[in-house]
Amino acid sequence: MLKLDDLAVARGGVTVLRGLTLRVASGEALILRGPNGAGKTTLLRTLAGLQPPAGGAFDLSPDTVAYAAHADGLKSTLTVAENLEFWSRIYGGPGIHAALAALDLTALVRRRAGELSAGQKRRLGLARLLVTGRPVWLLDEPTVSLDVASVALFAAAVRAHLAHGGLAVIATHVDLGLPEAQVLDLEPHRARVIQNTGFDEAFA
Amino acid sequence: MKALLLRDLRLAFRSGGGFGLGLAFFFLLSVLVPLGVGPEGGTLGRIAPGILWVGALLACLLSLDRIFALDHEDGSLDLLATAPIPLEAVVAVKALAHWLVTGLPLTLIAPGLAVFLNLPSGGYPWLVVSLVLGTPALSMIGAFGAALTVGLRRGGLLLSLLVLPLYVPTLIFGGEVVRRGAEGMALGTPLALLAAISLGAAALLPFAAASAIRVNLR
Repeated sequence: MLKLDDLAVARGGVTVLRGLTLRVASGEALILRGPNGAGKTTLLRTLAGLQPPAGGAFDLSPDTVAYAAHADGLKSTLTVAENLEFWSRIYGGPGIHAALAALDLTALVRRRAGELSAGQKRRLGLARLLVTGRPVWLLDEPTVSLDVASVALFAAAVRAHLAHGGLAVIATHVDLGLPEAQVLDLEPHRARVIQNTGFDEAFA
Repeated sequence: MKALLLRDLRLAFRSGGGFGLGLAFFFLLSVLVPLGVGPEGGTLGRIAPGILWVGALLACLLSLDRIFALDHEDGSLDLLATAPIPLEAVVAVKALAHWLVTGLPLTLIAPGLAVFLNLPSGGYPWLVVSLVLGTPALSMIGAFGAALTVGLRRGGLLLSLLVLPLYVPTLIFGGEVVRRGAEGMALGTPLALLAAISLGAAALLPFAAASAIRVNLR
């Protein structure tokens, strides 16, 4: 279960979002919506524990989180199996076969990650979530460069995760058809940008 | 942690991993110096300890920026920072992997290269001992420097500027051990200090480097 309590997040010292208060129960998904630069990534990085909140609080143990960023963290000279095996060992999670099957990567196991297409890389990056065994997924634009069939595979993986009592926070513009999904529009929470009135401000 | 060590070693030995770059540099330097200095044995033998240590140090420096920069570029550093192993352990393991692919091979080929430099025969065992004790400090201090500059574009040059002054004590005591060994003098003090630097670096710098990475990832 995830609780945000008047949370504010900052990027580069500037507050981008404030006043976020909500609750997401286990088995539910939270969809983040907002234009580019609204602070979706910053919010996810804060929840992942990579940066401290600018104000307020949230209740989420870093030990329960699996974070999937824009970059997939793949090593291009390692094979698909080696990449996934590494994360599986780091997290001590379940083996890689179920994850490979879930995202239709079984045929590619011996291929080096550098030789995969953008969509295949993305699927491998998402397969990493399945081997972590963590209950809370934080996903930053997970469907970028995925085709329709792959989006469906991914949506099925998320639904299975939620059905097992997991929780997911997803920044996306694609409708994944998730049941029990709350949508959080970030637009009303955007912190107003303070206009710099002149360089005297630096000396004020 | 074993998984991380194995991954880093595997990456170093795969194509483009940079293994052998430092070694080749060390080899070339040891061949070029005698050509430049000339064949007079006495001069070469006297400067050999210093040249070998400076060579080892620069060879180590060549591959430092890969320790974290590549992981930062492809996003895996973010993922490692949210993984269940502490970042301090990540730093220590990566420094160990760096030592295994640079410091250790440098130590192993150094006696062979010392022949080119006409190192007096008493110096050979001490050359190996001093490199075994000193090169871990080079990797660990280097990992700290790499952690400070992670995320900076073209951070390699800044990294050299930051790290080289910190290498000075290791260089002084390492070179001194070999020089004294070559001349048959007592060398307990520089040897103990060299070991102390390595142990101190291994004990303290993982924490410093981990906090530097945390700040840089924000």
